Amino acid sequence: MLKKIFLKGGFYGALAFFILFSASPFYIMLITTFKKSHDLFNPNNNPFFFAELPTLDHMKLLFSQTLFTTFLWNTLLVGVAVVVITVLLAVPAAFSLARMAGKWGESIGIGIFLTYLVPPTLLFIPLSRIVAILGLQNSLWSLILVYPTFTVPFCTWLLMSFFKSIPKDIEEQALIDGCSRMGAFFRILLPLAVPGIISVVVFAFTLVANEYIYALAFIQDSAKKTIGIGLTTELVRGDVFYWGSLMGGALLASIPVALLYTFFLDRIISGLAMGASKR
Amino acid sequence: MAFVQLRGIKKQFGAVNAVDGVDLEIKDGEFLVLLGPSGSGKTTLMRLCAGLEKPTAGELVIDGEVVNDVPPRERGIAMVFQSYALYPHKTVFKNIAFPLTVEGLDKSEIRYKVELAAGLLGIGRLLERMPSQISGGEKQRVAIARALVRKPKVLLMDEPLSNLDAKVRHTARVELKKFQQEIGVTTIYVTHDQAEAMGLGDRIAVMSEGRVRQIGIPEDIYHDPADTFVAGFIGNPPMNFVEQNGVIVGFRPEVFLPAELASTEDQTKFRFKVTRVENLGSFKLAYGTIGETGVIANLQLRVPLEEGREYDFSVRSKDVRYYHRETGVRITK
Repeated sequence: MLKKIFLKGGFYGALAFFILFSASPFYIMLITTFKKSHDLFNPNNNPFFFAELPTLDHMKLLFSQTLFTTFLWNTLLVGVAVVVITVLLAVPAAFSLARMAGKWGESIGIGIFLTYLVPPTLLFIPLSRIVAILGLQNSLWSLILVYPTFTVPFCTWLLMSFFKSIPKDIEEQALIDGCSRMGAFFRILLPLAVPGIISVVVFAFTLVANEYIYALAFIQDSAKKTIGIGLTTELVRGDVFYWGSLMGGALLASIPVALLYTFFLDRIISGLAMGASKR
Repeated sequence: MAFVQLRGIKKQFGAVNAVDGVDLEIKDGEFLVLLGPSGSGKTTLMRLCAGLEKPTAGELVIDGEVVNDVPPRERGIAMVFQSYALYPHKTVFKNIAFPLTVEGLDKSEIRYKVELAAGLLGIGRLLERMPSQISGGEKQRVAIARALVRKPKVLLMDEPLSNLDAKVRHTARVELKKFQQEIGVTTIYVTHDQAEAMGLGDRIAVMSEGRVRQIGIPEDIYHDPADTFVAGFIGNPPMNFVEQNGVIVGFRPEVFLPAELASTEDQTKFRFKVTRVENLGSFKLAYGTIGETGVIANLQLRVPLEEGREYDFSVRSKDVRYYHRETGVRITK
């Protein structure tokens, strides 16, 4: 009995710790956004509570003196374009590697995944040459072109495991029931792969929203910046950090991603779990 | 309805001969069982008929037409997989309707045909359920309904009963046979279970190592096995083999009787040393040796036997089969 209570206590203790751990950045963002700078910078005040009355000044600055909504819009634009490209390339690639390439599929799949491991800090140098040759500097198109270099390999690899987990019998049954290979793919396999595709969409979008190096290297105009570089380059002026507005921008940008994860969490987890375990 | 001919069919996977030259003829409306241990090529042979594999050599003919290069969807076949392969995201109705939907029939016609097939198999009340909500036996019926809804020329079944538990399997077997006789569809059925093969097949083709070892009606397969492989594979317990005068003598455990119980007909006699007796309810099995060779007798309960003693046993000579010592092929004597 005592042991049971102890175990339960331990479980909920650990749970509480992790909830606090993951909620605390949001809390700090939230409280910093609405604190007066005077309150924020006084080392004698408790950083976790309001010592003075909250203020909307930082929010006003964020919306009036930066192109915050433009950053959000640019991020969404690039994100959606990259997600579409990624899904269009990764789904057929993953399917053919998982089902049609035989034993080569596995090694090619690993090869594709390895390209994902080359860090952008190395790749941005040659890629900026390519972007320059194509005349895409300082354009959102450079990001739309470059981001699939890391989203497609990762998502292909994720979807490969997903397609492998769909029994071969079901595909063959569709062939016997009157479908061509393409027909079987669209009518049966694609609907079954929807959880995997949703995971891929969410993943690709988050990767894009997080990306920093390429955006910093390829984009100079304020009006074309994405959220990640927009906030950090516009709200850190010289050695002055506009903490309140920075945190406000970060908070607003992370809410849609948080919502995305919350609503599709089950499917993302099953997608990742399928990707993780080989049959 | 159609007949199927296989002429010199071969299938190689790399260096492995999965199917090594098979000639078969399946008559219109016949129920043919492909029986063999795992790895004998029976499933590959069925997949060749379905068009899921291409033969390396030979000709496959359905209804007089060579279909080697015809894709599965145009062969007029239907198949029931061992796993049933129901589409997990579709209701039972949509599963059964799928072949018709692909064909592009209109909705009322699809509904009529699906309900007819479902009614025939007694699964009318399940139509709105998802595959995950029905039992194994029901899944099997759904898979059969889906196979039949298009009125296939040939029905292929790959161990459709092996995922059912033992009790359901027996009823399902009886129903399957009745059902096939009613609609009279040409059927090829793959199994490794000899009881299924004996109970279902109009004819049985026993396979091993990619070849058909014997084809015939169940009685012939059982009583006149063509070689020691078939004789040893069919029957539970299998046929006894004793080497005498340079040939292999084979006889079934149930014709191996104490000499005093045997009739006055022509007898072949053996000295049988009993080592173990197993009472199995309605009959008993006596394990023992003739000379050095282990044999089994299947006897009625009232036959008195003691472990460790030697008895005079005999077999009616017309129940004895002879096989070649090296090749294992049957010889007449």
